[in-house]
Amino acid sequence: MSETTHQEPNYMGVFWWLLILTILEVAVIYVPIVRIAVVILLVSMAISKATLVALYFMHLKFEPRTLALIALCPFILCVFLILMLTPDIFPR
Amino acid sequence: MSEAAAIHVGVEPQEAPLTPENWGKLGMWLFLAGDAMSFGSLIVGYGILRHASSNWPVPSSILGINLTAFMTFLLIVSSVWMVLSLSAIQKGDKARFKKFLSLVILGGLIFLGCQAYEWTHLITEVLPHHNLAFGKDLFATTFFVLTGFHGLHVTGGVIYNTCVLVAVSRDRYQAKHVEIAGLYWHFVDLVWILIFTFVYLL
Repeated sequence: MSETTHQEPNYMGVFWWLLILTILEVAVIYVPIVRIAVVILLVSMAISKATLVALYFMHLKFEPRTLALIALCPFILCVFLILMLTPDIFPR
Repeated sequence: MSEAAAIHVGVEPQEAPLTPENWGKLGMWLFLAGDAMSFGSLIVGYGILRHASSNWPVPSSILGINLTAFMTFLLIVSSVWMVLSLSAIQKGDKARFKKFLSLVILGGLIFLGCQAYEWTHLITEVLPHHNLAFGKDLFATTFFVLTGFHGLHVTGGVIYNTCVLVAVSRDRYQAKHVEIAGLYWHFVDLVWILIFTFVYLL
């Protein structure tokens, strides 16, 4: 966890990406395409936006791996939770 | 290139040691990981309840997408202001720091105002019209639990940022404290990005 010794990221560049992705997200729900394509597009864009915030605004890209591992734990738990509940979601 | 530098070429840099100066940041990351688990469980629970329900309404037909898209934009902009305020305090520019952190606080307050308006509009007009109500229908209940839990975090963030603004103005806090407060605020933004997609758009 170094004190901020890295070069300052291009914050405005990240902002424009977040804005474009948000506009695309809202636009996607009005496009007449199959539901599964809408779901895949929306989830992909949301994960991309969340990753941009974590990497550049929260400086995870410039931090040691220990912090990245801490940040990863909740996502592993969520995947585990979904897998454990799958039998209830899709009963035989 | 010096001899010492030559030896280290191609060697992965060592992780920075966990010194007391960094404990605050580590503590905040641990708190955020726990908080992310709470939000993660709520979102997964929402998904499972929705999947199991046979008559879940289309959210975009009931919830105001335009208003929440604006609220999303507001949180993204406030995150940019937050990093700009951190950058300013790291360069010792207190006036610029105060300006940007005040904008972050203002952004949070406008967000909360929009959410209060949205809730009032839903409770008094929209949900009764669709025969959906908190405590009677899972759509309404999960919506209010998720957005309410997030709204509490925004409220906490506004109070936290205000305390940081005052403490820095009195020379009691430095840049590292602003960085830690920034982590919390960006997390609130990150979670809203997910809520906006999963609760409003999908």
